[in-house]
Amino acid sequence: MAFDPKDIETQIVEADVLIIGGGTAGCLAAVEAREKDPRLKVVIVEKAHIDRSGCLAAGMNAINAYLHPGETPESFTAHVRADALGLIREDVVLASAREINTAVARVESWGLPILKDGNGNYAARGRWNIKINGERLKPIIADAARRAGADIYNRVNVTDLLIYEGRVIGAVGFGVRDGAFYVFLAKSTIVATGGTAGLYRPNNPGSAHHKMWYPPFNAGAGYAIGIRAGVEMTSFEMRFIALRTKDAIAPTGTLALGFGAPQVNAKGERFMQTRFGHAGGDGAATPLRVYGPTLELKEGRGPCYLDTRGLSAEDVHRLKASYLDMYPGIVLYWAANGIDPSKEPVEICGTEPYVMGGHCQAGYWIDPDRSTTLPGLFAAGDVAGGNPYKFVSGAWAEGIIAARSAVACAASVGAVKHDDKCTVALRARVFAALERFEKVGDGVAPFEMEERLQKVMDEYAGGISTFYEMNEERLLVALKQVGKLKGQVRYLIAGDLHELMKAHEVIDRIDVAEVLVKHLIHRKETRWPGYQTRLDYPDRDDQRWLKFVNSRRGPDGMVEMLERPYMQIVPGDRYLPPA
Amino acid sequence: MSVITDKVKCNGCGGLDEPQCVKVCPGDLMAMGEDGKSRIRYTADCWDCMACVKACPRGALETRLPYQLALYKATLKPKVKSDRIEWTLIDIDGEKEEFVIRTL
Ligand SMILES: Cc1cc2nc3c(=O)[nH]c(=O)nc-3n(C[C@H](O)[C@H](O)[C@H](O)COP(=O)(O)OP(=O)(O)OC[C@H]3O[C@@H](n4cnc5c(N)ncnc54)[C@H](O)[C@@H]3O)c2cc1C
Repeated sequence: MAFDPKDIETQIVEADVLIIGGGTAGCLAAVEAREKDPRLKVVIVEKAHIDRSGCLAAGMNAINAYLHPGETPESFTAHVRADALGLIREDVVLASAREINTAVARVESWGLPILKDGNGNYAARGRWNIKINGERLKPIIADAARRAGADIYNRVNVTDLLIYEGRVIGAVGFGVRDGAFYVFLAKSTIVATGGTAGLYRPNNPGSAHHKMWYPPFNAGAGYAIGIRAGVEMTSFEMRFIALRTKDAIAPTGTLALGFGAPQVNAKGERFMQTRFGHAGGDGAATPLRVYGPTLELKEGRGPCYLDTRGLSAEDVHRLKASYLDMYPGIVLYWAANGIDPSKEPVEICGTEPYVMGGHCQAGYWIDPDRSTTLPGLFAAGDVAGGNPYKFVSGAWAEGIIAARSAVACAASVGAVKHDDKCTVALRARVFAALERFEKVGDGVAPFEMEERLQKVMDEYAGGISTFYEMNEERLLVALKQVGKLKGQVRYLIAGDLHELMKAHEVIDRIDVAEVLVKHLIHRKETRWPGYQTRLDYPDRDDQRWLKFVNSRRGPDGMVEMLERPYMQIVPGDRYLPPA
Repeated sequence: MSVITDKVKCNGCGGLDEPQCVKVCPGDLMAMGEDGKSRIRYTADCWDCMACVKACPRGALETRLPYQLALYKATLKPKVKSDRIEWTLIDIDGEKEEFVIRTL
């Protein structure tokens, strides 16, 4: 089919509330918005299909943020603060902590099986976690969004926010199936596209490059559309590096929290106790639990393991069953390699660094009501900043809060005005890679550009190959190289709509990577060892750096760095978990 | 890392606009081949989430991990029932293990 931009159909969709990304946060936002005001037209736009998109595609086996009896929003916030080494948006965390338990109860009422203990309470897996049989979690919340009457546009990839006179009035994108140009005009907009994987060279090369923990299809679109629109972002430098099983890159919480397996090094030493005992040992803050084994490897005491040798055959069966609800690949991996975790310990590693606000706090700079710095735009889930440790239930809470604010905002604005000139320019940008393929043929395939970005980031911006360590000079090389890639984006070619989606994924990753490197350069201390190890500033420096590093891209394309104060609301030692 | 289609069992979900596997893949990786059967576009791009394998009404799809990570051959097959999934795992030595997990 010869491509002619003139033939592209334009679909205009009007909405009161537009939700970009129909994942964990997006589905709950849709339900809340429709329940608040059933007259509203609520539209979800999703690049995949809401039944199995995003982080929850394979399912979940736990809800990792829950306030068991006796806990309070304040004790939760104190815990999150200690886990994030003393720096979070306490106002933002408190607001979602107040909503978490009701959000969980709501999803249970839609049919999610939550495991109970003998007294009928939710079965605990650690202080803040509960166990679920969540294989169908995504279809369950997708059904709820449909039943609530949301209009759902599956297989439409959003590429840009639409802005008119300083206000967000919707978004544009393209149909991954029908190839149409979509223009969504909305009174208020919620961005909920998840975080970013695929910025750095991943653990496994070639045929296994997508064997990563965070979904490779969450490519940072939500951040990128905000960056391009000049919205303020925070804390990208708190990258998330996950402690995972080697090769299959499966979550380790199931092993460590669910089955009590401690970390050991090649000599059998419980190094988290011997070297990080002062910081809590195997229960130390999350960054330290990945920094610990990284140091062991670097200093020649690897491989490192989670010691599962105490498990019985029955435990191993339950362990596998638990993984089947969330990450079935590890079960197949053990079977294919003849591994029995009760006989040999499970080898672990750190992942490539991700940028996400669900475990860490990279994302939009928001108020407790989830409004961003651009009127008409709200953020929820892994794309929202300052609120780490949110996981599934915090993403739900955040979706619900954002929906309330978006509904109130929609009621306060009249008909949406817009300017055709703006959509014409965006349309050309959206289809540029298809057009180049047809008219020029020669160019750069999306996977080639992705590979180069990942190499640069790995080698110069603290990837796996450098034990996540960095210094200013190397970061400046990364910045220069990423800048050159930005200039190459115009050479991308796409032979079909799937490739066009891949082209936009790499464009978005490049915009995220640039902001990330600027943040890494700006914070001149080591606040989060592992996540952000500055060899040239190895210590934590509360005197100068107990504050947020923020950024905003200006109309000239330059990223401006900003600093915002930290405010303590919950009293107590910021580095200690609550009693 | 990939999904293998059993060309005998797969009927392209005849009658549906879009086969179930094509509908659900979070990475837009499943597509209809010219033979009317589903196939994966790029084997390396699969995330192994198994959404397609579970969605297939004819049990025609199988997840096979990339050889660099997993020896030949083990299989993991789900049978999706209305309120549970029955999984059958066969390891490299041919040992079988079964799991029944509730979903509702
Ligand atoms: C493998 C894995 C296991 C996990 N296990 C647990 C667990 O057991 N317990 C727990 O509490 N937490 C767990 N988490 C964390 C939790 O799942 C996430 O924090 C949470 O789901 C994030 O929600 P979200 O809505 O921000 O992102 P998602 O649910 O990923 O939703 C983002 C959505 O946006 C869509 N999207 C992306 N780009 C675009 C675009 N350009 N246009 C349109 N749509 C787009 C995506 O397709 C997706 O549907 C796990 C995460 C992973 C990856």
